[in-house]
Amino acid sequence: MMKSCSISLIAIAGLAACQPATQTDERTYLPGNEIKSGFDFLTQSTQEQQQDTFENPGFLWVERGDSLFSSAEQSSPSCADCHDDGLKGVAANYPAWNEDTKTLQNLEARINYCRTEYQDLPKLEYESEDLLSLTAYVSNQSLGMPVSVELSDQTKENYDNGERYFFTRRGQLNLSCEQCHNENWGKKLRGDMISQGHGNGFPAYRFEWQTLGSLHRRLHDCDTGVRAEPYPLGSQTYIDLEFYLAIRASGLSIETPAIRR
Amino acid sequence: MPTIRLSIPESARKNEVIEIKAMIQHPMETGYRRGMKGEVIERDLIKFFKCTYNDKLIFSSEFFPGIAANPFLTFYAKAEETGELNFSWTDQNGVRWNETRTLTVT
Repeated sequence: MMKSCSISLIAIAGLAACQPATQTDERTYLPGNEIKSGFDFLTQSTQEQQQDTFENPGFLWVERGDSLFSSAEQSSPSCADCHDDGLKGVAANYPAWNEDTKTLQNLEARINYCRTEYQDLPKLEYESEDLLSLTAYVSNQSLGMPVSVELSDQTKENYDNGERYFFTRRGQLNLSCEQCHNENWGKKLRGDMISQGHGNGFPAYRFEWQTLGSLHRRLHDCDTGVRAEPYPLGSQTYIDLEFYLAIRASGLSIETPAIRR
Repeated sequence: MPTIRLSIPESARKNEVIEIKAMIQHPMETGYRRGMKGEVIERDLIKFFKCTYNDKLIFSSEFFPGIAANPFLTFYAKAEETGELNFSWTDQNGVRWNETRTLTVT
């Protein structure tokens, strides 16, 4: 009796785990007039810390990125040798389609593309201090500019992939991004307020990390949070999701380096 | 070399009270945390900060594991004479990072 009972329990547990990932029945979208940056979900003191260019610890990386941008490694040209006017406004248009590689690239991927293609340097590891610093510096040049990425025929498939990812339930908790960030933003999840899940402040300094981190690290944390298998940082899946999120966040201002909880 | 950020006025009137801000990039790792694979993350702490003004100690602080990463300090000093402000952070292994700024008193 005891044995058959435990077997049937395992069978039920097995059945639940084998359920394919399903989309939620009805898709809830954010109303266009209610798009709010993560900034609006911070306490006033954290908002002030973000806006103070000295107190905001993210500027440690921006400053470092500034010096990396203009200094040449070995005999290679520096970033500033080509981009002598800086890259103001560029980060607001990323992820973007690269006609040479025929892929959708985010800023990190684009920086590494420049390194291998034009600087004859090895790729920087995703989430390394140098790549974070360069990304933060380039993004910070678009501070205050509205997110405006281009959806074209070439990037339609990436958009669809990203959107599907956003609306697909996943992990042991069987939650999709949409269930928290479209349906329940503004409500409490334990002690924290659920934001709308926009990426306009990344790379951002998160108190939880005690350091600056990329949007992909944040996505990795979200996937881990619902107990799903996360994708590698820099993977095409996350770039597609980043692209969908950027279109979803169209019009929000770039806040890099933002401060988030 | 960690990034150090300092905010000090370049000049001040005699006896004026000036605000000094100092931040250093440092993980302030407690040694109590574990990484993604369960491995212990080694303790890595700054233990001591001091600021001298013309070689006279004007501010010092001892750091402990409860201090957040990238420690940020704000303190005040009275401008007495033109001179050098020296900032130094010393970590648990005795490694020291220094920065110097000149304050002109008019």
